[in-house]
Amino acid sequence: MYILNRRRFLQVGSLASAAMMMPKFLKAFESGALVPPGNKVLVIIQLSGGNDGLNTIIPYRNDIYYRSRPVLGIKRETALSLNDELGIHPSLDGLKSLYDEGSMAILNNVGYPNPDRSHFRSMDIWHSASQSNEFWNDGWIGRYLDAQCNGCDKPTQALEIDDTLSLALKGDHNKGLALTDPGRLSNTSNDKYFKDLLQQHAHEDEHHNVEYLYKTMAETISSAAYIQQQFKTYQSKENYPATELGRNLRTIANLVMSDINTKVYYVSHGSFDTHVNQQDQQARLFKQLSEALTVFTGDLKKNNRFQDVAVMTFSEFGRRVSQNASGGTDHGTANNMFLISGGLKKQGILNEGPDLMNLKDGDLQYKVDFKSVYATLLNKWLSADDQQILKQHYEKMDFI
Amino acid sequence: MPVVAKKVEMQHLAWRAGFGETLPVITEWEKRRRKEIVNKVLIGPKRAELESVDVINATDLPDYKRFRDMTEEQKKTVREMNTQGIKDLNVAWLNMMEKSEHPLREKMSLFWHGHFACRTQDVLYNQQLISVIRENALGNFGDLLSAVSKSTAMLQFLNNQQNRKQHPNENFAREVMELFTMGRGHYSETDIKEAARAFTGWGFDDNGTFVFREKQHDDGEKVLLGKRGNYNGDDVLKILLDQRQTAIYITTKIFRYFVDDTPDQALIESLSDKFYQSGYEIKTLMQEIFMSDWFYDSKYIGNRIKSPVELLIGIRRTIPMAFEQEELMIAFQRILGQVLFYPPNVAGWPGGRAWIDSSSLMFRLRIPQVILYSQVLNIRPKEIAPEMGDGGNYKMTLQINDFLKRQFAKKVNARINWDPYIQGYSDIPRENLADEIAGVLLQQPGNIKKALLEKYADTGSREGYIKTVTIDVMSTPEYQLC
Repeated sequence: MYILNRRRFLQVGSLASAAMMMPKFLKAFESGALVPPGNKVLVIIQLSGGNDGLNTIIPYRNDIYYRSRPVLGIKRETALSLNDELGIHPSLDGLKSLYDEGSMAILNNVGYPNPDRSHFRSMDIWHSASQSNEFWNDGWIGRYLDAQCNGCDKPTQALEIDDTLSLALKGDHNKGLALTDPGRLSNTSNDKYFKDLLQQHAHEDEHHNVEYLYKTMAETISSAAYIQQQFKTYQSKENYPATELGRNLRTIANLVMSDINTKVYYVSHGSFDTHVNQQDQQARLFKQLSEALTVFTGDLKKNNRFQDVAVMTFSEFGRRVSQNASGGTDHGTANNMFLISGGLKKQGILNEGPDLMNLKDGDLQYKVDFKSVYATLLNKWLSADDQQILKQHYEKMDFI
Repeated sequence: MPVVAKKVEMQHLAWRAGFGETLPVITEWEKRRRKEIVNKVLIGPKRAELESVDVINATDLPDYKRFRDMTEEQKKTVREMNTQGIKDLNVAWLNMMEKSEHPLREKMSLFWHGHFACRTQDVLYNQQLISVIRENALGNFGDLLSAVSKSTAMLQFLNNQQNRKQHPNENFAREVMELFTMGRGHYSETDIKEAARAFTGWGFDDNGTFVFREKQHDDGEKVLLGKRGNYNGDDVLKILLDQRQTAIYITTKIFRYFVDDTPDQALIESLSDKFYQSGYEIKTLMQEIFMSDWFYDSKYIGNRIKSPVELLIGIRRTIPMAFEQEELMIAFQRILGQVLFYPPNVAGWPGGRAWIDSSSLMFRLRIPQVILYSQVLNIRPKEIAPEMGDGGNYKMTLQINDFLKRQFAKKVNARINWDPYIQGYSDIPRENLADEIAGVLLQQPGNIKKALLEKYADTGSREGYIKTVTIDVMSTPEYQLC
């Protein structure tokens, strides 16, 4: 099945000029199995807008929590119990099941030194993995591509399910590819005129940027054809929710189950910017998250891929401990992260819950640098050189 | 050094010092001496006064002092005015870039807009800032630096309003040194602390006017970059300008923007020397660049990736058009990654290859068809998160997100005025048309074969032929470069 598809791709999708320009790139498609057994995949879900971590993993034994949030605090009897100290938001019942079966790990108090409360700046820091006083123009997944596949030309190693590409997936030499719908991408790039342009551009140009643009164009067209081809090989039979996240996770599942060489998938969910009427908005978004992840993980399990797929969620910051006057919360700092996989070495709650006794200016203080989580996933899950990618050594953790 | 044709030289100048020029203009320039054209480009048309891009009068907005006492309804009105105002300002400046008879001033302003990157949700603050940038864009860098540093927008954005004697806030001082003048690695953390003390008391009042709040100023002795004195903010800027490193830093950035991504150390050294000697006269530096033979070296020609705004303005300057909804231009900016008045962070837009990834390139290649054939816009830009804080405006961002959502899958409607463009080719014989069009739109026309353009051209009429060939030439990777 796989061999047939690959041959068909080579017949249908190969471009004479692209072959001349990128022998290694096409060789990558011709050489043996692209996805060796046990091939690990990372799925990143960005909870955009700053999710309120305190109402996600709820410290329901803590009086300070309820004093700070007389209206917003989630009552002990409503929260779904994880242990004696902590519960999970009632709309995250699907995640609670994953927790119970040992497929989920929770990290508390994740953040970074000198936190920035601006969405765009803090998101930049999470995307680039820079220190908070540094401005990097590339992202950590992009640098992963630079490190892993510089010169190997496999431009489908990291895919963002969106119309535009996030900083996280932009490397210096290599960039991930953004697509919402493989069919649409392939239609757009399938323009005959573009193909003819590529065909006539056979020579090496003295201008490096001309070459860069043609190379990007050739890779996009080839990748679009390749993704579309692989995408057709598996169509999930599961009943994914008719939400944006549901559709996007379905797309990811179809690709994970095919023989595509993608290692990292990136998708956003939100907005969690809940300054007003937080309760309804957060509950609605959590319900969508929980339902989509339930079907997604079920799909992976049925296809025997859950061992090899890790889902990581993050948000650019948490919210303030105290609720504000409009039934919402303002921008805060440390937050929690979920790690979901059938291949976790450690499950459950990995570290202590929020320390509400030791706030700084009314905000939680971080205990785990998010870059340690990145380092762990890069090194232990994706077998990459985390130190080169993150430009610094970070302690690795033992959840995988 | 390979010599290029005079026509290519002039096109190169037109693109780097502006947003490209049409065939008749280039033909005219070709006949003159380089010096004459460079001076014309630098000075602009005679007696041309600086036309403002203002969209709102301070008096149109309610008194800011009263903001706290306003009713919800009044606050809402203010927010809406800000929201609409910033969109209008974006569009007004784009139109200025498109129509300006002094494009270098707008191009230079666009450069400084990225250099002095700032975000504020207040239309008046934005308007003030862009106005001082445009006034000083080709003037003296010291004046520009001082005016920007004293603008309400920047003082607010970099938290100098909170910089007080008792509790210094270093953000402003840090960015002034790191991003506006010297660049990282040329000063110590102590220098930042001392500079921050000197900037204490710089702030703005409720009307958005710069004020020096003497009571909050630390007038004690400071030691900055080896100098000692009871410095204030103006002194710090002067000391920073005294450092040759500031001239090097600014010249390097200008070189990367106007010449090439890869700075040439020898050229930077000599350019920055002259810039420093001139007392930071920007026009002198630009004249030096545009008059140099090396600027017209073929290795620099057509090797620079246009920023999204340059690309859009370039198309619109070539073929005049009026959009049914000008705000659509904001959607285009968002998809391509450069929204005016919305830089990604204090460091501004990285530029160069950072503009290009699979999705942005494919969209760039499709823009001419989308606009000129009124196609459907089927790309949804990412939502931007509303920012809270001083003068923050939650609803505004939601409104923009909403607008962009509504644009999705809609046709792009613009009235395209092809006449002047087609008229520009009236003297060109039919068999030479394709090569002439490619020749004027691209800096490396040889790459696009005439046979390919012929294959896709509408050969039914001369007009149709010119239109289709133009659109196809604009849909090439080469057109992304200048």
